[in-house]
Amino acid sequence: MSNPENLKYTASHEWVRTEADGTVSIGITQHAQELLGDMVFVEAPAVGRHLDAREECAVVESVKAAADVYAPVAGTVTEANSELDGSPESINQDPYAAWMFKMKPDNPGDVSALMDAAAYQTFVDSEAH
Amino acid sequence: MTTLKQTPLNAAHRAMGAKMVDFGGWDMPVNYGSQIDEHHQVRRDCGMFDVSHMRVVDMKGEGVRAFLRYLLANNADKLTTPGKALYSTMLRPDGGVIDDLIIYFMNETWFRIVVNAGTADKDIAWMKEQAASHAPNLTITPREDLAMIAIQGPNARAKVWEAMPGSEELSRNLVPFSAVEMGEMFIARTGYTGEDGFEIMIPVKAAPFFWASLAEKGVKPIGLGARDTLRLEAGMNLYGQDMDETVNPLESGLAWTVDLKSERNFIGKAALLAHPPTRKLAGLLLTDRGVLRGHQKVHTTHGEGEITSGSFSPTLEKSIALARVPSGVAVGDMVQVSVRDKMLNAQVVKYPFARNGKGLI
Repeated sequence: MSNPENLKYTASHEWVRTEADGTVSIGITQHAQELLGDMVFVEAPAVGRHLDAREECAVVESVKAAADVYAPVAGTVTEANSELDGSPESINQDPYAAWMFKMKPDNPGDVSALMDAAAYQTFVDSEAH
Repeated sequence: MTTLKQTPLNAAHRAMGAKMVDFGGWDMPVNYGSQIDEHHQVRRDCGMFDVSHMRVVDMKGEGVRAFLRYLLANNADKLTTPGKALYSTMLRPDGGVIDDLIIYFMNETWFRIVVNAGTADKDIAWMKEQAASHAPNLTITPREDLAMIAIQGPNARAKVWEAMPGSEELSRNLVPFSAVEMGEMFIARTGYTGEDGFEIMIPVKAAPFFWASLAEKGVKPIGLGARDTLRLEAGMNLYGQDMDETVNPLESGLAWTVDLKSERNFIGKAALLAHPPTRKLAGLLLTDRGVLRGHQKVHTTHGEGEITSGSFSPTLEKSIALARVPSGVAVGDMVQVSVRDKMLNAQVVKYPFARNGKGLI
């Protein structure tokens, strides 16, 4: 599965999608879910919480390990995807559909400064070596 | 960077799409896709594990039984029928656990021992050191010429019989926890999953063919990831996590494997008798959402404890753990576990958590 061209990416393996209403949806990448394996637990940040860029704010746990999820940019959490509570495996099945939470960025320009799909792929390849 | 050791099935794992990891210096398959699917595969049907990293040791000579009576915490005298197996710990003089192992009684001059991969060198050195002063005529031979494949699950034995002509006649009447030789092979009705099945030792050169024959009969390969969740559900200790040289077997849920009743002396006995246990191993079932993991702190009304092994249980679809807690903690108690910045509620439960295809909680 390749990384969608319309998303932005972080070095901590989150993907970021800008929605029509100006919020951004955040999930973890194909590469991250592959490394972690079968997901069994997701904990999203509380709605209304303000996050700094790169702040630890959510957790995904697979059978194997727990991993922190970081805020890609500074902003306020507007929604958490409660459907993932009952089906964390959707992250394995379709990581780019399984968003974890949405936030309203403090500065929308921060999002465009994140990596695009090609830059992220280069980054993943470099991490593997 | 040191080179990882490889089992004779390394190429087969890669060809089957395994995700390989460094497992205590061995290049081993952690899964071949989904760990949870592999776990269910074993509980519901059967699967095969490459456990060739574990070490087979043959101990031979006059007086081998008497030496094992002294070397191990469990009593080799419990073994009276050839082929019968016994689980035991091997202790330091202070009662700390050097390793846990299985011994098979073959005849009065031959016992076969299977020890853990990560501890094999240390174990063999200890055995030789003890033998030098107590039984210098014994030979202690690591069998690196043998590979080991575990086939586990309700349909495991039938699949082995299909894949290996002649094996059914020899092993059909094998009772649990016993073994039989078949030429250069060794078929044991033992395992580490809480399911029926065999662990089969086979010459290294024949292992890839046997593995392929099992695969041809539809036996799915299972990685070490599922092996860990299966053994945890089955309430079986993992050396290095649930016990090590700093704790004794009485504090590790292994009192049933320590024979303190007979008059025989064994290494560690005096220490065990001198220090009655103040801690014990307990089963935990997480009642809040989350996942229990090793080293998390457990808070009880009797004091603090620590999780030794924790994971998600695919059979129960809840998180479970083994934890070392003060002896006063009882089944049914509610305890709190520190998970990151939260305190989660868990109940102390009797374990095993699951065996023979079924959850027991």
